[in-house]
Amino acid sequence: MYDVLVIGAGHAGCEAAAAASRRGARVGLLTFRRGDIGQMSCNPSIGGVGKGHLVRELDVFDGLMARAADRAAIHRRVLNRSKGPAVWGPRVQADRKLYQAAVEELLALDGPEVIICEALRLRLQAGAVTGVETSIGLLPCRAVVLATGTFLDARMFIGEQVIAGGRREEATSIALADQVRELGIGQGRLKTGTPPRVDGRSIDWARLEEQPSDEEYWTMAAVDDGIARVQLSCAITRTTAETHEVIRSAFHRSPLFAGAIEGRGPRYCPSIEDKVKRFADRDSHQIFLEPEGVDDRLVYPNGISTSLPAEVQCEFVRTIPGLERAEIVRPGYAVEYEFVDPRALDQTLGAREVPGLYLAGQINGTTGYEEAAAQGLVAGLNAASHALGVGQIRFDRRTSYIGVMIDDLTVQGVNEPYRMMTARAEYRLSLRADNSTTRLGAQALDADCLSSRRRRQIEAHLAARSSDAWGETLEGRADALYAPYVERQQREWEVVQRDCRVWIPRAFDYTAVAGLSNEMVERLRAAGPENLDQASRVSGVTPAALSALYVAVTRRAA
Amino acid sequence: MRPKDTIVALSSGRPPAAISILRISGTGAHRAAAEIMSTLPHARVASVREIRDPHTGDLLDQALVLRFDGPASSTGEDLVELHCHGGRAVVDALLSALVEIDGVREAQPGEFTRRAFDNGRIDLTEAEGLADLIEAETQSQRKAALALAEGGLRRSIEEWRERLVGLSAIAERAIDYDEEDAAFDSSLSRESELLANELDEWLERPRIEPLKDGVRVVVAGPPNAGKSSLINAITGVDKVIVTDIPGTTRDSVEVPLALGGVPVQLTDTAGLRETEDDIEAIGIARAAKLVEASDVLIWLGELDDAPSHPRLVAVHAKADLPCRQAAPEGALAVSSLNRQGVGELLKRIEALARTVLPSEGQIVLNRRQSALLADARGELHSAALARDVVIYAEHIRHARTAFDRLTGRAGVEDVLDSLFGRFCLGK
Repeated sequence: MYDVLVIGAGHAGCEAAAAASRRGARVGLLTFRRGDIGQMSCNPSIGGVGKGHLVRELDVFDGLMARAADRAAIHRRVLNRSKGPAVWGPRVQADRKLYQAAVEELLALDGPEVIICEALRLRLQAGAVTGVETSIGLLPCRAVVLATGTFLDARMFIGEQVIAGGRREEATSIALADQVRELGIGQGRLKTGTPPRVDGRSIDWARLEEQPSDEEYWTMAAVDDGIARVQLSCAITRTTAETHEVIRSAFHRSPLFAGAIEGRGPRYCPSIEDKVKRFADRDSHQIFLEPEGVDDRLVYPNGISTSLPAEVQCEFVRTIPGLERAEIVRPGYAVEYEFVDPRALDQTLGAREVPGLYLAGQINGTTGYEEAAAQGLVAGLNAASHALGVGQIRFDRRTSYIGVMIDDLTVQGVNEPYRMMTARAEYRLSLRADNSTTRLGAQALDADCLSSRRRRQIEAHLAARSSDAWGETLEGRADALYAPYVERQQREWEVVQRDCRVWIPRAFDYTAVAGLSNEMVERLRAAGPENLDQASRVSGVTPAALSALYVAVTRRAA
Repeated sequence: MRPKDTIVALSSGRPPAAISILRISGTGAHRAAAEIMSTLPHARVASVREIRDPHTGDLLDQALVLRFDGPASSTGEDLVELHCHGGRAVVDALLSALVEIDGVREAQPGEFTRRAFDNGRIDLTEAEGLADLIEAETQSQRKAALALAEGGLRRSIEEWRERLVGLSAIAERAIDYDEEDAAFDSSLSRESELLANELDEWLERPRIEPLKDGVRVVVAGPPNAGKSSLINAITGVDKVIVTDIPGTTRDSVEVPLALGGVPVQLTDTAGLRETEDDIEAIGIARAAKLVEASDVLIWLGELDDAPSHPRLVAVHAKADLPCRQAAPEGALAVSSLNRQGVGELLKRIEALARTVLPSEGQIVLNRRQSALLADARGELHSAALARDVVIYAEHIRHARTAFDRLTGRAGVEDVLDSLFGRFCLGK
């Protein structure tokens, strides 16, 4: 009998398995191949603005990502240095192979059992999860974390070529996908994409502007494992008028514009053909050339994700300065996949209607390793709490980006791939990448999921805050800089807390609220807000509807 | 929809009047109306009906009847309007006949508006406009309230909000999507300053309070200058309607008046002088505050001692006394005894009072609204000074929040508290 079974060993699955193990659960991590553990399937970087904040928060709970990123870092850069410290975004380029090895190593320390098999179906009894049927038999368990990424009916597009079923999981995902639809939580399709990979040896680096790694050494994780690698530089180049001409003349061959792809892509990370079409007045777009590893010839050209035919990709890449003789090793492609409506989940990422079922990662409509990993943490901690009967761990918008993300997902839902941005956090000035231990340390200690080393680090950090020397630390200086704003945000939060105390019963009948239109009823029912504050953030809910809801709920309570 | 009581109330002004309008709203509105007339007219077709007592069959009145089917009515519920003759007896008879009907009761103050709000027919700013409309006593009050109720304020807010959101978007882009880590874009400062200045203009407009509570006309001066006599003389003038029984606060007397359609709150104050008496000192301190807060000041003391005030009428009182025959230049000679100069004084008060009133149909702000707009303006000014885009974005966010609170989009409880507090709900 397992306490928790995690299906999928990507960024969400690994964190979920590790976190549940750290809370003392007996955990099985189900994956097709050992080699899939901790794969970076898109860009070789971890962190950035908003994303770096998530990694640092995850790290406070002893998550894997920050430590693995440090062990694999071949380039470090803090983004937004010229702006205030609240939005500094630590980002590393990670060696793909080293990163995977690091995740596997760190995972082994936390102790989940890696089970190589295919998950076929969830076993449900009386509506609750009791096990997973797999290719090696039935594995009974108390809770399941579904972290299968894009497994739901994925399709890859390269020009006119469609590779149905997408990646290797094709044969086995269908039963599970059908079951998710049966559970009634499937929502729709999303799209994302990746650029062609270029052979670094065919790039004329000398002609390009170099972007060196930060001179100053810093780490993602608060505890430094002291494993340092050679630091490589990235380079910057730009598309040209000629590039745009090549792309424009191939618009008709793009599955994006020809209508083959129905899924919604991320507006903030558009493909190069999208950029050329939508921003026709711009004659150039920036490209970052990021090495994928120390002994890896692959280079990731960040900024030109595309699903144009392979020969068009080759043609336009060679119009870019420095890439005139570039060899494309693997063409870029678009992926379209089904996702689950995260509004069916509560703030622990548990399915509201299926006790014991937790969902984390891209399946919830997010994009990005960091977003996936942070959800893995939340789902893992809470799957363990479900299985072991220990306390739930909830994150709030006031103290973490994780809280912002979980709240956005479960209350507002998703209609394009969700990516973390600092703009999503109304308490941004308090949520810095440098104060995650201060913000979440006490909660992490309470959650009982830490190594003794981490515990000591957090205790030391919290103790240091009350010392005289604190004001001279980087964090102390940033605290002082924002103090008046943070105080004010605290007052704001207290007001929000008042709306939070107006509880909406779980089985609340929105149709009984006089004056709620069918549309409002539908939006509220789908989101299932737990209180008035959450209801106020359900997208499209009007002030009048909110007032009617308030009146109905308080009258009911009276 | 949840069944609710059916409520009835006189919706037009107090009788006697040419026409009075009674409204019946709720799930039983149509049924109740059908009991007092032969047949209910078709929806939205004005029809004349004989109104009869459901028990005795006595003819009560002949009225124009309008039927609305919910949710397409002003309350969002089934609704019937009776436009009847405006005699007090007629209205009373109709009301009593209606509340006799099972499931029908008299509405609480503000209950129609509350239902409209509950049913999503109006948002907060509109509800406030309606509240003012209901309370409106004079013509110009009605028009100002109407402009608000028609969503004029909401439209302006929407436009400002859109511009704010635009500024936010630029700032957020610079924060989340700036790979090159560019310097602060100073056009952001200019734009927010521009918007702040527009709000300034709005904030300088007349407020609704002088319309609703009356223009504050304060009579002040040293003790025994004749202030109380003057007030008595004013309230005794035939064409001045005293609209309420004078009430006394501890140290001042307030008399609501209407001067040529202008609502006025006439206030007598404790005499202003140096004193060692503690209690009198408190009164004097209050008087000084009243003078400061006054819209129009009537000063009965020496001209040289007059407080500085933008709308001051200097009065040379007791002009009937032999020793006070000659008024100094700039002061109006008035005698409360023989009414010399009282008419002229009223004219001057009325003229000055008009200048603090909004012009008819102009959108005016109440205190809550202007306070929130002032918040937004302050944030925009601060944003204009910020040189870090993160701080800039923070101020813009606060400005947006202020706008959201205006329309009830945020801080729901606060806003509802203040709005529904005015309607004495739940009694």
